[in-house]
Amino acid sequence: MKHLLSIEDITREDIERLLARAGSFAEVSGRPIKKVPALRGRTVINLFYEASTRTSSSFELAAKRLSADVINVKSSGSSVEKGESLKDTVQTLSAYDPSAIVIRSPHAGAASLISRWTPASVINAGDGKHEHPTQALLDLYTLRRRIGTLEGANVWIVGDVLHSRVARSNVLAFTKMGCKVTVCGPPTLIPREMDQLGCHVRFSLDGIESADVIYALRMQRERMEGTFVPSLREYAACFQIDGRRLRPHQLLMHPGPVNRGVELSAEAIDSPQALITQQVESGVVVRMAVLFEVLSGAREPSPESAPPSPQPAPLGGVA
Amino acid sequence: MNSVPETRMRPPRLDRAPAKLANALIRSAKVIDPRTRIDGYHDLLIRSGEIAEIGAPGSLKAPDGAEVIAGEGLHAFPAFVDPHVHLRTPGREDEEDIDSGSRAAAAGGFCAILAMPNTNPVVDDATVLRALQDRARAEARVPVGFTAAITRGQAGEELTEMWELAEAGAAAFTDDGLPVRSAGVMRQALQYQRLAGRVLALHEEEPSLSRKGVMHEGIVAAALGLAGIPSVSESTMVQRDCALARYEGGRIHIQHLSARESVEAIDAAKAAGVMVTCEASPHHLTLTDAAVHSLDTHFKMNPPLRTEDDRQALIDGLRSGVIDCVATDHAPHAREEKEEVFETAPMGVTGLETAFAALVTDLVMPGHLKLATLVERMTAGLEPFGLLVPTITKGAPANVCLADLSASWEVGDSGYESRSVNNAFAGRTLTGRVLVTVADGAVAYRERSFAIGVAR
Repeated sequence: MKHLLSIEDITREDIERLLARAGSFAEVSGRPIKKVPALRGRTVINLFYEASTRTSSSFELAAKRLSADVINVKSSGSSVEKGESLKDTVQTLSAYDPSAIVIRSPHAGAASLISRWTPASVINAGDGKHEHPTQALLDLYTLRRRIGTLEGANVWIVGDVLHSRVARSNVLAFTKMGCKVTVCGPPTLIPREMDQLGCHVRFSLDGIESADVIYALRMQRERMEGTFVPSLREYAACFQIDGRRLRPHQLLMHPGPVNRGVELSAEAIDSPQALITQQVESGVVVRMAVLFEVLSGAREPSPESAPPSPQPAPLGGVA
Repeated sequence: MNSVPETRMRPPRLDRAPAKLANALIRSAKVIDPRTRIDGYHDLLIRSGEIAEIGAPGSLKAPDGAEVIAGEGLHAFPAFVDPHVHLRTPGREDEEDIDSGSRAAAAGGFCAILAMPNTNPVVDDATVLRALQDRARAEARVPVGFTAAITRGQAGEELTEMWELAEAGAAAFTDDGLPVRSAGVMRQALQYQRLAGRVLALHEEEPSLSRKGVMHEGIVAAALGLAGIPSVSESTMVQRDCALARYEGGRIHIQHLSARESVEAIDAAKAAGVMVTCEASPHHLTLTDAAVHSLDTHFKMNPPLRTEDDRQALIDGLRSGVIDCVATDHAPHAREEKEEVFETAPMGVTGLETAFAALVTDLVMPGHLKLATLVERMTAGLEPFGLLVPTITKGAPANVCLADLSASWEVGDSGYESRSVNNAFAGRTLTGRVLVTVADGAVAYRERSFAIGVAR
């Protein structure tokens, strides 16, 4: 795999391999010195055109744990602010001969586009409302550690599907892994013809008791009220996952950052069924696996830089 | 009902640079002109820019000094006309100017084109219009007509001085690129048409439905996470304006239809007696939103590429005549502007040089449309504006397109007569190549490799 541009592009086998690799890196993260020399001498550039805490810091940490050199370029304070085009920025950065460019952009297709302009491997860290493949991978990883197998699991993705790249990547990712996926939200926030992507569509929480996993999406409150939903109060009344709606057999996920009291109640967030903290933890090992995968695919690493164990670590939780 | 008073008005103008009138004999070409019901092998003699004789193959002799063009195996049609091109002048001469745009038209087999007024400055007063006509008289390879805006600055608020613009020769009024958002302003423009004349050509889109959409709303947009432009954004405005035109007895032309609902709305309006005509573009007739899945900005245009069902409705409409004509909506953009992510790239593609080949390849060759019907629809685009309908008739000004329908060619990344390269068919192999274009009596284009002889 030369690039990771989308979940759409990759197969279940690719996903299985990445998750297995992430499992093997979990052992590294448990060591007192959390570093392996796998990518020593390689350069990774994080090119972020959008604010990000989790994704950018976990990519940075992942690259550093693999001993790569990391440069972080953010749109504010860089030549992007001076009007440099994406193409020129990428070609300029490519002159430093990076092995990988990790890109976050507010626009769909940015990662795919720059992969034509640079010899480096490109990893999509979120492109507009299109996809966020590493988020989907870390969600699969987290959930699999908890429940063992994903085959046949009933997953409900609830909230603002229209504006969510996480929703699009996760519908594809969960479906590829054999889950039954339902997207649910206000009709104004579900794209037309969404059902043709292979998921069920619901406009209310009726029936959510059948879900094994509830994946709540972030409401972007600043642009919601009055245009897409009449009020956040009404949204919460209809779609908030709270202690009453979250049943004991169900697991709860959320990509963060959470709007407490909007899509999730404090009670739900703090419940033992919530996997939100584990999702963040998984971010580092999954992104280590992705970096290793695209860079070992592009140029064979030398034998001593191989990961500590080619076998996946045993999965946690019950099967 | 009131009809448009064209009688006292000066006619719309077409301007072009001085050109030498052709003397040529096209020998033994397959001549197709659906209007004069010619469909067979003929010699065509052009003398001093007029069609002087149409004769049996081998029957006509070239006068001394006339050019002899071997037409064996080739087709001769009335040359095409395009009521909808963007020449980007004034303001973006880096993308296109009157010279390059009219050369592109000639290379595509067109003998006359109408330029849209959404330039910088907007063509909303007679001074700008006259300056463009002057330039066309110096540079244009084929006759070019200029349209003027319906509203000042295309802001949708105040009408332009339509009477003066019409007197100066504006070919039509249009705010193309933008809809006339206010129904009240649209109604006033239709009322004022009784004084100023000229057809109102309308870009139909309801901004509150299109919002920030960048492609057709449907499964592809859902999969890509792109904001969609629903079909009803277009069709509701088509219905609104047909209703207003009916009420005011006005004359409208709907630009670049893209949706089935719009075709149905026009069909119903025509049946109700509304004075409405409409056009469809080669890209909407041949491509769908499936192409956008690649996020290639060469598939970004407004209106957007829609579904296969919409495309079929457009083809049916073109065949039946609900859609009156083909118009390219030739929209050049600088390379660096299209080398951007899909959402921020500008809308529009070039089309003059590929229109005929694309439609031959995707509509005629698979049997969706007869060649003669295509020729009819590609030559009908100026009729709604009271301008020429090219025809191959003895005594008519020579407007002839000579094409090789067996020639396949790959649409390149460069090599256009246009200054811009943002073509939706780039990389595709198309069939049908224009070899010679005679526009208003003069040879406007000749493919470089095409052999000619001079009679001795």
